[in-house]
Amino acid sequence: MSAPKTLYDKIWDAHLVSEDEDGTSLLYIDRHLVHEVTSPQAFEGLRNAGRKVHAPDKTIAVPDHNVPTTLDRLEGVENEESRIQLEALDKNAKDFGVHYYPVDDVRQGVVHIVGPEQGWTLPGMTVVCGDSHTATHGAFGSLAHGIGTSEVEHVLATQTLIQTKSKNMKVEITGKLPAGVTAKDITMTVIGKTGTAGGTGYVIEYCGEAIRDLSMEGRMTVCNMAIEGGARAGLIAPDETTFEYVKGRPHAPKGGQWELAMENWKTLFSDEDAHFDKVLTIRAEDIAPAVTWGTSPEDVLPITGNVPSPEDFTGGKVDAVKRALEYMGLTAGMKLTDIQIDTVFIGSCTNGRIEDLRAVADVVKGKKIKEGIRAMVVPGSGLVRAQAEEEGVAQILIDAGFEWRLAGCSMCLAMNPDQLQPGERCAATSNRNFEGRQGRGGRTHLMSPAMAAAAALTGHLTDVRDL
Amino acid sequence: MEKFAKLSGVAAPMPLINIDTDMIIPKLFLKTIKRSGLGKNLFDEMRYDDNGDEISDFVLNKPAYRNAQILVAGDNFGCGSSREHAPWALLDFGIRVVISTSFADIFFNNCFKNGILPIVLPQEDVDKLMDDAGRGANAVVTVDLENQVITGPDGGTIEFTVDAFKKHCLLNGLDDIGLTMQKSDAIDAFEEEYSAATPWV
Repeated sequence: MSAPKTLYDKIWDAHLVSEDEDGTSLLYIDRHLVHEVTSPQAFEGLRNAGRKVHAPDKTIAVPDHNVPTTLDRLEGVENEESRIQLEALDKNAKDFGVHYYPVDDVRQGVVHIVGPEQGWTLPGMTVVCGDSHTATHGAFGSLAHGIGTSEVEHVLATQTLIQTKSKNMKVEITGKLPAGVTAKDITMTVIGKTGTAGGTGYVIEYCGEAIRDLSMEGRMTVCNMAIEGGARAGLIAPDETTFEYVKGRPHAPKGGQWELAMENWKTLFSDEDAHFDKVLTIRAEDIAPAVTWGTSPEDVLPITGNVPSPEDFTGGKVDAVKRALEYMGLTAGMKLTDIQIDTVFIGSCTNGRIEDLRAVADVVKGKKIKEGIRAMVVPGSGLVRAQAEEEGVAQILIDAGFEWRLAGCSMCLAMNPDQLQPGERCAATSNRNFEGRQGRGGRTHLMSPAMAAAAALTGHLTDVRDL
Repeated sequence: MEKFAKLSGVAAPMPLINIDTDMIIPKLFLKTIKRSGLGKNLFDEMRYDDNGDEISDFVLNKPAYRNAQILVAGDNFGCGSSREHAPWALLDFGIRVVISTSFADIFFNNCFKNGILPIVLPQEDVDKLMDDAGRGANAVVTVDLENQVITGPDGGTIEFTVDAFKKHCLLNGLDDIGLTMQKSDAIDAFEEEYSAATPWV
């Protein structure tokens, strides 16, 4: 009998093309997602070398980072550099014959929302993209991670990636989540415990009752931020929730193929006694709605807490916290709920799915956002937008005072017109609170959609459980 | 890719931990469709004020470090976004070596694809080199990849480890796409067997 394997071990072994004595391995890639920012130099490299895309039918291109999210975007993109980059993707997608969802296609959206939505992402696959949040797709029990542009070119040319194997880490969330606590709070709480380098060198498998209880949307939120904990990838073993989500999607297997796939997918779990190099266990009941106060995703506290002081830390973190408090304009000891905000951003590959928009609507239904607050909802895809409109969610958000936008990465990284001004403070459902991330001098507090909705109503960081 | 074998140069200290790729090259410079020309915007928001003037106390703006070729950095350098624009910007500025206690995974890999050597050392060695780097332009540090050794300005040496395959590629400036294409028979064979077993993929 062979040694027990983790889910990661199983997916790795199934995709191993070759392995050298020193462990350097060639891994086969099932899906390659491409967006406009990290691909032009890769396609240029192919052209210069006279190479083709090895498997265009496994390559999916979507513009998302640069696209404006205002309703007039089809009239043209004002920023010349953005336009050139979008035009380059359009040309490359057509010249090389890959699957493509252009800006005027209703299926366009953030690449990590489009992939699962269209059934490109399936259990047991290897999925890569020139984008660190590729970790999102791990929610399906696929090995998914971000790569650099040189690696994008490598995958385009060979459909493989040169890799060394990571170690296995297990993050178990036991028990049931309390009311008002969501997938976002789980993933932020984990990063608060591990730190942003705690997962470096590992692939994380999330498990436990609280993970099993999550919808696919919630699982994608959890895996999305595995990269913020430094892990190469995060994954969750597929189960009935996964199969139910996948079934019937445009590129999911059909008929006899479905049966065959299911046989395979049901083997995708970590064997009992499989070895994990590191284990973290958190009780779901100990997780509270979480917010960030600093400029690193590890700067996480429950909303009931106070802004920490540099003296609460040791080593290099002391100076980092001093710098963060100054950048964020916060005073040590102040209550997190006393932090006033100017802007609310709902969206991104972390929280731009239908369930996220419903969560916001549940909080703001029949209410108005605080006067003077600029609040926007940016659906993760054109199909999420359409569904929210059909369900009446969009109207609730519009009635409450939110701007209702078209799909794109928007203010998560502000490569498009959606940006913070210097000193502006934002309650954001995205994934990074780095200095300048949402615009030069902008201040970001990360949180769940429900918490961002609560902040929109009161104008300050707010415990959604108190509303 | 430009080869990397041995380099003697000025080392600049950046003790801040968790320096992310948004800091290394902010998003507005990701709109390029080229790899070159990003050096002037390296660490843009730390290096220039709102008017675009240099911030004089930022390390790479100080006369001693304007030609630095080595960075000695705090923990977890290069975390965040996968943007290869970060190593492109470092390279374009002239940085060929980054030394830290730890690097984020994607950034670490991206460096090797661009002729930059990232070196992981224990805290005490990084502290020592950080002190050395603090001594300015006189503090020339030598990094010898072939022998995997760093020589400090006082003649002291520190050994480092590096993945054998990555070392081979750096020393010889190899294009790893070309190397992988030499295995195209193995890839084709894998594909045939794999698609028979998993026709839905």
